[in-house]
Amino acid sequence: MTMKKAISIACTTALATLSAGAHAQVSGGVVKIGVLTDLSGTYSDLAGSGAVLATKMAVEDFIAKEKPSFKIEVVSADHQNKADIASNKAREWFEREGVDTATELVTTSVALAVMKVAKEKDRIALMSGPASTPITNEQCNDVTVHYTYDTYALANGTAKAVTKQGGKSWFFLTADYAFGQALEKDASAVVTANGGKVLGSVRHPFPGSDFSSFLLKAQSSGAQVIGLANAGADTTNAIKQAAEFGITPTQSLAGLLMFITDIHSLGLKTTQGMYLTEGFYWDLNDETRAWSKRFFGVQKKMPTMVQAGQYSSVYHYLKAVKAAGTDDTKKVMAQMKKTPINDFFAKNGQIREDGRMVHDMYLMQVKKPAESKYPWDYYHVRQVIPAAEAFQPLAQSRCPLVKK
Amino acid sequence: MEILGVPSALLGSQLLVGLINGSFYAILSLGLAIIFGLLNIINFAHGAQYMMGAFIAWLALTKFNVNYWVALIAAPLLVGLFGVILERTMLRKLYKLDHLYGLLLTFGLALIIEGVFRDQFGISGESYDVPDALAGGINLGFMFLPIYRAWVIVASLTVCFGTWYMIEKTRLGAYLRAGTENSQMVQALGINVPLLITFTYGYGVALAAFAGVLAAPVFQVNPLMGSNLIIVVFAVVVIGGMGSILGSIVTGIGLGLIEGLTRVFYPEASAVVVFVIMVIVLLVRPAGLFGKA
Repeated sequence: MTMKKAISIACTTALATLSAGAHAQVSGGVVKIGVLTDLSGTYSDLAGSGAVLATKMAVEDFIAKEKPSFKIEVVSADHQNKADIASNKAREWFEREGVDTATELVTTSVALAVMKVAKEKDRIALMSGPASTPITNEQCNDVTVHYTYDTYALANGTAKAVTKQGGKSWFFLTADYAFGQALEKDASAVVTANGGKVLGSVRHPFPGSDFSSFLLKAQSSGAQVIGLANAGADTTNAIKQAAEFGITPTQSLAGLLMFITDIHSLGLKTTQGMYLTEGFYWDLNDETRAWSKRFFGVQKKMPTMVQAGQYSSVYHYLKAVKAAGTDDTKKVMAQMKKTPINDFFAKNGQIREDGRMVHDMYLMQVKKPAESKYPWDYYHVRQVIPAAEAFQPLAQSRCPLVKK
Repeated sequence: MEILGVPSALLGSQLLVGLINGSFYAILSLGLAIIFGLLNIINFAHGAQYMMGAFIAWLALTKFNVNYWVALIAAPLLVGLFGVILERTMLRKLYKLDHLYGLLLTFGLALIIEGVFRDQFGISGESYDVPDALAGGINLGFMFLPIYRAWVIVASLTVCFGTWYMIEKTRLGAYLRAGTENSQMVQALGINVPLLITFTYGYGVALAAFAGVLAAPVFQVNPLMGSNLIIVVFAVVVIGGMGSILGSIVTGIGLGLIEGLTRVFYPEASAVVVFVIMVIVLLVRPAGLFGKA
C-alpha cells in the first residue's frame, strides 16, 4: 500500500466516523424515498415515469450540492390508481423496507388511503399529484404535505378569470364521480361569487368517450362558457368534439383540470384561447427553462407541474432531513414547515399547518398556432395569482389541526 | 315543440348522435359476430385491433404523410394481415378446445398490444385532424351536423351491409357458412376450409381496424380507446345473438339510438343502459334477439 492510499483511507475512515457521530439519528444511515405513482394508467403521462425521473434528479442534485453524510435511496412502484394496492405497498415499504416517505401519490383515493397508513406508521406523505381538497381539510393530518396544486386553486384561478372577463353564464360538463362533483361545486361557488350564473350541468359517466350528446345539451343551454369538470381523456375528447360540432367559436370552454401534456396531445389548433390554471410552466424564466431542458433531455417531454413539484418537494424534504440531522417524522415535518421554499418551482413557498404548500399559481391562456414559436411553446401567462389568493384561506379550513 | 319536456330539436340531434354511435357499434360488433360465428373464437383482441387501425392512420399521416383515404384502405389491410398471422400461428391451435381458451389468448394479446402502444406513445393520446374534404358541417336547422359524422354513418353502414350481402348472398359466403356447418364435408368437396377460416379472421380484424380509422378524427387516438369500447360492443353482440350477422348490425344501430335517448332523459344511466337491456334480453331470449336457440 502506498503512503498516499493509506492516508486517503485513514481520512475517509475518520470522516465516516465523524459523520456517523453527527447523524446517528438518520435510521440506518439511509434516507429512503418511495415514489408511489401511476406508471401505466390514465395519469402516467402527467406523473408516472416522469415523476420517478424528477425524484432521481432531486436526489442527484441534492447529493452534488449539499454533500449529505447519509445515503439516499429511491424506490418506485405502480399503484394502478387503486387505493388498496397503494396502501398495501405503502405499508410494506414502511414496515419492512425502511422507506421514510411515500411521495407523488396521484389520484385522490390513493392519496387518502396512503396518508392514513403514513399517519399510523409515523412516516411522511409528500403529495404532488392528487387534486382534491379533502387532503388538507376533513382528512388532514400532521404527516402529510399537499404540494403542487388542488381543485380549489384550479377552480378559483380559471373560473374567476373567465367570469371576470365576461363569461357570466356557465354550464358544467361533469364527470359523474366524487372528484368531478367536487370540482363542479368549487367552480360554481367561484362563478356565483364573481357575479356569474350557473345555468345547469350534465353528469356524464366516467370514463366516457363520446361527448357529443352532452355537448349538444350544453350548447342548447345557451351558456357562454362550458366548464369541463373532468380530467384526462374525458377532457381531451370533450374539447376535440366541441370543436367538431362547431361549439367552440360561439361558446368558450374552460378546462378546470388540465395539464400541459393534454395541450400537447390535443394540439394548439383545437385548444387555442382556452384558459387554465397551472402551478408551473417550463418556459417561465431562465431557472425553469434550465431545469426543464435537463428533464426533457431524458424524458423527451416537457415536465408537468406534478413532475416539477415532485422534484421540489423531494429536495425540500432532503434539505429538512439534513438540517434537522434526523429522519424522525415529527422533527422533519417541523423543519419543512419552518423553512420557506425557494427554488425554480416556487418562490417563498410555505407549508401551512393544514399541510397545504402555498405558492404562486399561474393563469394561462393557450396560444394560437401562429404564436407558438418553438416546440412546447404553448402558453401566455395571463396572470400570476399570488400564493395568498391562490389557495383556500385558512379561515375557511375544515382541518382540525388549524387553530382558529 | 316539446316531447316529454324536451325540445324536439334537442331530441332530433340526440337521435342523430345516437345513430352515429350506433354505426360504430354495428361495424365493431359485426366483426366480432363473424369471427364468433365462423371460428367459434371470442375475439377479445378486437378493441386492441380497432386501436391499431387508428394508430396506423395517425402514424401514416404524421410520419409518412399518407392521407386519410389511403389509410382507410391500408390500415385495415395491415391489421388484417396481422390477424392472419395470429390465426396461423396461435388461434388455429385452439379450435378444438373450449371457447374459454380462445378468449384467454385474445385477452392476453390485447393486453400485450395495448401495453406496447402505451410504452411507445404514452397515455394522453394523439390528435388526428378531420380530412379537409370532410371538414366543416351542415346546419340542419335543429343541429349542426359535422360532415365527417355523416360520412361515418354512410361508410360504416355501406361496409356492414356489403359484408352481410357477401356472407348471405354470394357463393363465397355460401362456402363460409357451409364450412362452419360441416367442415369435413366441405373439405371433401375440394374447398380449402382452413384457408377460408384464416381469411375470415383476417376480415373480421380488418373491420375493427376500419372502424379505428373512422374513429381517429372523432376521438383522441390513444392506446386505451379500444378497451373502453369493447365491453359495450360485446354486450351488443350478446343482445343481437352471438354469431348472427344481421343481428349484430341491427342491434348495434338500435342500441346506439337507445343510448342517445338515455343521454337526453337520464344522462347518468347512459353507460349502463346497454347492460340493463342485455340482462333483460338474456332473461327473455337467452340466444339473443336474432340468435338461433
